[in-house]
Amino acid sequence: MSARSLFLLRGRFWVGMLPWAWLLLFFLLPFVLILNVSLSTPELAIPPYVAPLQTAADGAGVEFVPDMSSYQRLLDEFTAMGDEGAYLLYLRAYGNSLLLACVTTLCCLLIGYPFAYHIARARESIRNVLLMMVMLPFWTSFLLRVYAWMGLLDSSEVGLINQLLMGLGIVDAPLPLLYNTGAVLTGMIYSYLPFMVLPLYANLVKLDPRLLEAASDLGARPLTTFLSVTLPLSRNGIIAGAMMVFIPAVGEFVIPDLLGGGDVQMIGRNIWDDFGPNQDWPMAAAVAVMMVLLLIVPIIVFNRSSQREAEEQP
Amino acid sequence: MSGAAHRWGARGWLGLVFAFLYIPILCLVVFSFTAGEITTQMDGFSLRWYRALLDDREIQSAAWLSLRIGALAATAAVVVGSAAAFVLTRYRPYFGSSFFAGMTTAPMVMPEVVTGLSLVLLFTHPALSFLGGRGALAIWAAHTTLCAAYAAVLVQSRLREMDRSLEEAALDLGCPPFKVFFVVTVPVIAPALISAWLLTFTLSMDDFVLAAMLSDPGSTTLPVLIFARLHHGLKPEINALATIIVLAVSVAVLTANHMLMSSQRSRLRARELAHN
Repeated sequence: MSARSLFLLRGRFWVGMLPWAWLLLFFLLPFVLILNVSLSTPELAIPPYVAPLQTAADGAGVEFVPDMSSYQRLLDEFTAMGDEGAYLLYLRAYGNSLLLACVTTLCCLLIGYPFAYHIARARESIRNVLLMMVMLPFWTSFLLRVYAWMGLLDSSEVGLINQLLMGLGIVDAPLPLLYNTGAVLTGMIYSYLPFMVLPLYANLVKLDPRLLEAASDLGARPLTTFLSVTLPLSRNGIIAGAMMVFIPAVGEFVIPDLLGGGDVQMIGRNIWDDFGPNQDWPMAAAVAVMMVLLLIVPIIVFNRSSQREAEEQP
Repeated sequence: MSGAAHRWGARGWLGLVFAFLYIPILCLVVFSFTAGEITTQMDGFSLRWYRALLDDREIQSAAWLSLRIGALAATAAVVVGSAAAFVLTRYRPYFGSSFFAGMTTAPMVMPEVVTGLSLVLLFTHPALSFLGGRGALAIWAAHTTLCAAYAAVLVQSRLREMDRSLEEAALDLGCPPFKVFFVVTVPVIAPALISAWLLTFTLSMDDFVLAAMLSDPGSTTLPVLIFARLHHGLKPEINALATIIVLAVSVAVLTANHMLMSSQRSRLRARELAHN
């Protein structure tokens, strides 16, 4: 082996080591720690848990004593499901999160698909301007955009939408628009729409218009062309966009906290509360583990589709 | 459907969705100029809340911290992300390569509360106290991890598009690989590096969940401070801050876009000249 190729190989090794080491330390190891802490016992200490790995009673070696009580609480709720008056704190939050994430994804797709399609079909000179206009709100502070909805949806007579409705004489008294599921849904659709539009656009812009012409030359109606040519070809874009919306939406914390008031339970809020005010880190970790298990299939689907999409590029 | 109707339908939909995207932001801007105390009512025009912002030391130091963490995280993320992109595009498949590909993009979609919790457990772990515990450094590391995923995706797509014969020519002419990278590869992928830096910088500036979970009393970033203020009653001062951020981001994005576009145009022109 020549000196040059040896140098090349060694260089490649170190270039590869950097992201590997970084991700092992700051992504994979933290997940192992979540698993570990989810099997711990909460305790008033810093950090507030006793890990399952302990020195053995006889002082020789270590032993693994997992505490399953956090998972037991989740399991208890599961078995209590259907009981009259059962208080299902976590289970209801899981259900709510999944439901809200599904509805958000669906709405973003219905709004975003025609939107991305028309941008992709626009003349090239305006296409970039339009794309810029989608990016711009996406680049400005997320918190402040949610805050804007607090003013729009405010349930008193100074709320902007209420001012408008009352000014037009449509309603006499202000509507309770803020601090409910509808407000959270509006905020989520608003915040996640660009995440749907951008992958869809990136996919649709590659669509060869000659295929559409061919379809219509062969007598296909526009709807048939769309259903049998455009839609199947944009599959990867739809999957990528849907996952980019669905997965973070399941764990969303800020939007239900600011727009949902105390009413809307979501799993992200449970983790936050157990981690912060309740100081029950093992429970927060167990809930997080269950959430990741719930999301592992969508995450794999997303990775596959985005990898395929990246490799398909010319 | 006739062509004209179709065109107007398309325009109408674009207009509606853009209105949905922009009206909330527009409202923030308008009410930042109110003279009153209510964030949704125009009680005369004034710059009162901008003056309040000038006197607000707390916001200024939080903004300064966010800017520093943002710049350092973006820089580190571009380095780590580009290295990851190289591994993903230029290395022959090896044991663990698809696992690596998954790990690279996973931080992008992983719910932030989970990533945040996992990193808190890392930084507070008794055996890992050399990492320094919670604080600005922890926030920087968290942001770098998240941002590197985005940088990797952007740089990766540029690396795949790039004409590899340029690098091969340089290598054949005896240029050492290290130099090839800096003299040939970096200039070609520069637009992707710049947009990755800008995107990850704004991502870091914008992040609340990771920063809030990893901050200690001495490291309050701007989003953490804004969130606390939103819970303590709304004031048009936040609108003034929002207006400034919107303005700064718009100018930055438009400038960057203009620069990238003109460099792309001149590259295309050069290619045309070369072929004629």
